[in-house]
Amino acid sequence: MAGSSEHHGTDWSVGAFLPAVLPALLFVWAAGYLPLIASGEVARPVLDWVPSLGIALSFLIDGLSLTFTLLITGIGTLVMLYAGQYMSGHKHYVRFMSYLTAFMLSMLGLVLADNLIALFVFWELTTITSYLLIGFDHATAKSRRSALQALLLTGTGALAMLAGFILIGTVAGTFELSEILSQPGVLTEHPWYLAILLLILAGAFTKSAQFPFHFWLPNAMAAPTPVSAYLHSATMVKGGVYLLARLHPGLGGTDVWLWTLTIFGAITAVFASILALRQTDLKQVLAYTTLMALGTLTLFLAFDDSVAITAAVTFLIIHSLYKACLFLVAGIIDHGTGTREVSRLRGLARAMPITTAAAALAALSMAGFPPFFGFIGKELMYKGGTEAMHAPIFVTAAALAANALMVAAAAIVAFRPFWGRGEAETEPGVTPHEAAWPMWIGPAILGLGGLVLGLAPILAAPLVNATVAAILPGGEGYELKLWHGVNLALMLSLATFALGFLIYAFSDRLRAGLAALEARNPIHFDNGWDHVIDGVKAFAGWQTRVIQSGALRVYLRITFVTLFLAIGGTIFAFGAFDVSVVFPNLLVKQWAVILLIVAGTALVVLTRSRITAIAGLGVVGIGVALIFIIYGAPDVAITQLLVETLVVVLVAVVLLRLPYLYPEGKVIHRKFDALLALALGAGTTMILLMVNAGPLDRRLTTFFEQASWPEAYGRNIVNVILVDFRALDTFGEIAVVLVAALSAFVLLKGMKREKAE
Amino acid sequence: METALAFLIGLLVAAAIYLMLARSILRFLFGLLLLSNAANLVIFASGRLTAGAPPLIPEGADAPVGFVANALPQALVLTAIVIGFGLFAFALVLVFRAYSELGTLESDDMRIAEPREPAE
Repeated sequence: MAGSSEHHGTDWSVGAFLPAVLPALLFVWAAGYLPLIASGEVARPVLDWVPSLGIALSFLIDGLSLTFTLLITGIGTLVMLYAGQYMSGHKHYVRFMSYLTAFMLSMLGLVLADNLIALFVFWELTTITSYLLIGFDHATAKSRRSALQALLLTGTGALAMLAGFILIGTVAGTFELSEILSQPGVLTEHPWYLAILLLILAGAFTKSAQFPFHFWLPNAMAAPTPVSAYLHSATMVKGGVYLLARLHPGLGGTDVWLWTLTIFGAITAVFASILALRQTDLKQVLAYTTLMALGTLTLFLAFDDSVAITAAVTFLIIHSLYKACLFLVAGIIDHGTGTREVSRLRGLARAMPITTAAAALAALSMAGFPPFFGFIGKELMYKGGTEAMHAPIFVTAAALAANALMVAAAAIVAFRPFWGRGEAETEPGVTPHEAAWPMWIGPAILGLGGLVLGLAPILAAPLVNATVAAILPGGEGYELKLWHGVNLALMLSLATFALGFLIYAFSDRLRAGLAALEARNPIHFDNGWDHVIDGVKAFAGWQTRVIQSGALRVYLRITFVTLFLAIGGTIFAFGAFDVSVVFPNLLVKQWAVILLIVAGTALVVLTRSRITAIAGLGVVGIGVALIFIIYGAPDVAITQLLVETLVVVLVAVVLLRLPYLYPEGKVIHRKFDALLALALGAGTTMILLMVNAGPLDRRLTTFFEQASWPEAYGRNIVNVILVDFRALDTFGEIAVVLVAALSAFVLLKGMKREKAE
Repeated sequence: METALAFLIGLLVAAAIYLMLARSILRFLFGLLLLSNAANLVIFASGRLTAGAPPLIPEGADAPVGFVANALPQALVLTAIVIGFGLFAFALVLVFRAYSELGTLESDDMRIAEPREPAE
């Protein structure tokens, strides 16, 4: 197969259709739930995962998750079919399709999960697959940067969201969404509510690219077009919107929720639709209109009356249909002409009749013309906006501005390239041509979908109603129909069209004006991102230089200070100070041994002579051996003496070849080191006193005493322990000595060879 | 005597750490030796001290007669002494080799693996 798919062009291999089979089957499976959901029921399949932590793979199929599931699998089928053609002949075709399929499954998990932890895992899986897909063209620096930006930004938001989930789980006592949401007020009336809300919003706003986190989405257009159509318009970026909708019953209904969502949603919607006019690349125009849609969805999720929520749900479906369609069209244009520059595209209608028709259908829905589904959505928005409990004028004005700009954007994307007068300036050697059917079938179905649902909204009504009921418990979807009579919403619609055409007529001049404005604007979010990343790198470099200084003494100091804090902190925290020190009443020989060791130690520390230091070490070693002899440990004492002798011999041999301790001839007093050393010494003494103040568990010793002779036939218990009961340890000990000897041998041998050379 | 030993061990630890923080890695080695002695004494002392009664079983008996010294810490210390020696011997050779390669015993000047950053 690899041989036959090397060349670019029409290649009808099984591989081109195979990826579309899975989403198609899933779509059929999900559609099977429609009757159940329409009757107001929910399904809840459960699979235990980590029962001890209360984490289960439980799924929740209600109106909201079913709507998303149908969009994901339905659009997924069409996009896979499209991509089978679009990417055919690409050397990493299989990799691309695997990523896309992995993404689709993660996204399904996200919207179906009933457990917050599972939801988080799927959420992050979509982040990772999205990273792989944006950076699919990994040879270009722009793709890599965009992919990393999306990953870091949404990943950071997701971590905040995880913290929010954990707080929710703690407050509600469960991670199951269905159980949390069935306890009204449990979150909103809790003192942690604000913290929870802000953490969750951080996740939702980064994922759904709300201002000021919007900039990653246009950059994500570096991905191949099927990815943009699927992830960055129809599905993944709606993950944040999904989360807001899902948690609406638990977190919504407060002033903070209302105002945060209203303000950020409105700013995103208007800001993005103005920037959409500024763009010259088809995909960029679409990316900014996607931002506008996400802002509008957030805006309408702020409210808790059924008209606004119905508007949000309807617009969600409408947007997915037309936006996926237009992205796929942009890909077809790119394929057929070699360019996506708006200014170079003209009069393609004759060359691409089917694509033109699909684009026109989608654009009419996007602009909100009757009898398209988009019209119904827009009427609902105006009705919801004008009847909003708070700030109706603000909401309506934001919706009006965004919608009018949408009309203009729709014309730029779907009118001028096809119907505009003149010839398209294609890439050299490319004649505009229609795409193969697997590529146009998707846009055609999606475009027709907008028309069919507009003519017969009754088809969408059951699903929309069930979704509204999931977002607003006890709420009912507002009636979907084309003609509500002459009312305020209709007037606003007419105003929208008028304003939209006006903007379109002046769009070239507006673009030039915006470009000039942009050149003077000192605030660039995208550049700001670079500053943040540079700052992180500089900080990492600085702290690495501090911690990993490369100086042995610094490492040791850090180690010892940490040790001191651990010991001192523990003693301080547990307050185990119950130690009474009685001045020991010792024999002369005991005093003598102690003084011997003290003197030896002092000698080592204070001397400047190497030989004296060795002598001091020897004295300490012998003193320790004496302690062993006095207190019934002759074997230990013998070993200690032997080792001590060996050490002194070895050191003496080596020292003869090393320089004096202080070549410069002066002693440097180190006050900090001395203090640290004394503190650790005191800590050790403290611990030992505390250990000795407690009772001693002699069970093991008793066992060895009882078992030595009957079981091992040895009368020296220490020896029996070493060679019998703990023989394996002793074997390990021998291995250590052997390894040390071998290593030392290698070190010395290498040195001799170098000298010989 | 345990109390006295506790203070003695504290002194040994303090001296060892002070030496280990010195510039010269030779003094670091001396510190290492003192530290392993101190560690051995800690194990030994925390098993309690019993004077003049080694853990032996006399002929004809199945178990020690009377109260004898704790055998378990002794076995542990024996192992520890030998391993401490292995560590020290290797470290000593390493220091020797490092000196003949680098020509210095100052740890601050041994910067082959992690060179100093050029001054900015």
